[in-house]
Amino acid sequence: MAVTVKTFANASEAAGALSADRSARYLGGGTLVMRALNEGDVSISTVVRASDQALTRIDASGPRIMLGAGVTFARILAERDLAFLHAPARSIGGPAVRNMGTIGGNLFAPSPYGDFAVALLALDATIAVQGGFGTRDVPIEEFLQARDRQAGALVLSVSCTRPASTDAFRYRKIARIKPKGGSVITLAAHLPISGGRIAGARIALGSMAPTQIRARAAERALEGRSLDAATIAAAASAAGEGTSPSDNALGSAWYRREIVGVHLRRLLSGQE
Amino acid sequence: MSKIPLQFRHNGRDVAIFVDGGTNLLVALRELIGDMTPKFGCGQGGCGTCSVLIDGELHLSCLTLAETVAGRSIETLDGMKQGPNLHPLQRAFADNFAAQCGYCTPGMLMAAKALLDRNPSPSRADVIEAISGNICRCTGYEPIINAILAAAGGRASA
Repeated sequence: MAVTVKTFANASEAAGALSADRSARYLGGGTLVMRALNEGDVSISTVVRASDQALTRIDASGPRIMLGAGVTFARILAERDLAFLHAPARSIGGPAVRNMGTIGGNLFAPSPYGDFAVALLALDATIAVQGGFGTRDVPIEEFLQARDRQAGALVLSVSCTRPASTDAFRYRKIARIKPKGGSVITLAAHLPISGGRIAGARIALGSMAPTQIRARAAERALEGRSLDAATIAAAASAAGEGTSPSDNALGSAWYRREIVGVHLRRLLSGQE
Repeated sequence: MSKIPLQFRHNGRDVAIFVDGGTNLLVALRELIGDMTPKFGCGQGGCGTCSVLIDGELHLSCLTLAETVAGRSIETLDGMKQGPNLHPLQRAFADNFAAQCGYCTPGMLMAAKALLDRNPSPSRADVIEAISGNICRCTGYEPIINAILAAAGGRASA
């Protein structure tokens, strides 16, 4: 069935059209919505687009960076100032998917996808969302928990912390197919150091629950300590606490629980 | 529902078609323009055989809404040969036995062209990365990687 495509010059008009129509979906890079249309998803009868330049803006100055929702992974890889986001951006798709897929869309990508959102969760991201109610900033955790109910709202931009050093942010995606494949598990860690001790650790996991989640028990094991072998071992053994992975073709829930601690230990100890 | 008029450049030639709302670029190319070189594989962005260049950038045509390419330039495998002669990449694919069933070949060639247009002398790792979004179930990839490296080498010495 043919769908109606509505293109707006302005993001707030697009947001208005999106919130007014339950069967409307916002088309960013196309890697999620076009896939749904190709599969014959009849719940979509209207596709909303915006050609607004504001959606592709990048502001990489300052301690928190801002990325427009329409920024592609290829754009991130071309920005030297965003080197800390290159590993998560490179872990997604092949070159064509990175030329198309956007960071806004990645927030909606279901497991085993959504690897970039794992990095953003560790970096304490805030999502600027526009709905019928106006524009508001939503912490990424709250956004991801309510993701299924966000369909009528338009993501405008994402801001996140810039790590103080390259060592303070680490990312690891475990996939069976190299160099590209769906995630068995994905891990990201932000480890700010203050006076030799970790202050404000955030560990994020992908494919360990219905949405990306924080490993809070592992964070507690790191907090206020130096990153030594004993601390890393404590964090690794707590990595699976509070997770609820499921079985899929890439790995079983049991396997994911078994390996999450192993990979967190390797991530924290800087092993390849 | 009314059709949407759409104009773009297809392998250097201006084309004008009418598409239904929601039509993807792959369907527009194959069914409305008659360019059968981009193939339908998965419809999900997983296989890469529908790869085309949009303004020189590698994209998956099955995940591209046709009307978003208005006024843009599309290159497919159909436009790769140079008159009666094969493109050096096509020649290298033939010489290196880089095609068996051939279904992935159009996408592999476009991904390889996107790489060589930006990076004329890629490393082996660059080649592997460049075709990482393209699946081949026959060759085991090695002949394809060798063909792309051979085409790049030939280009460098030419």
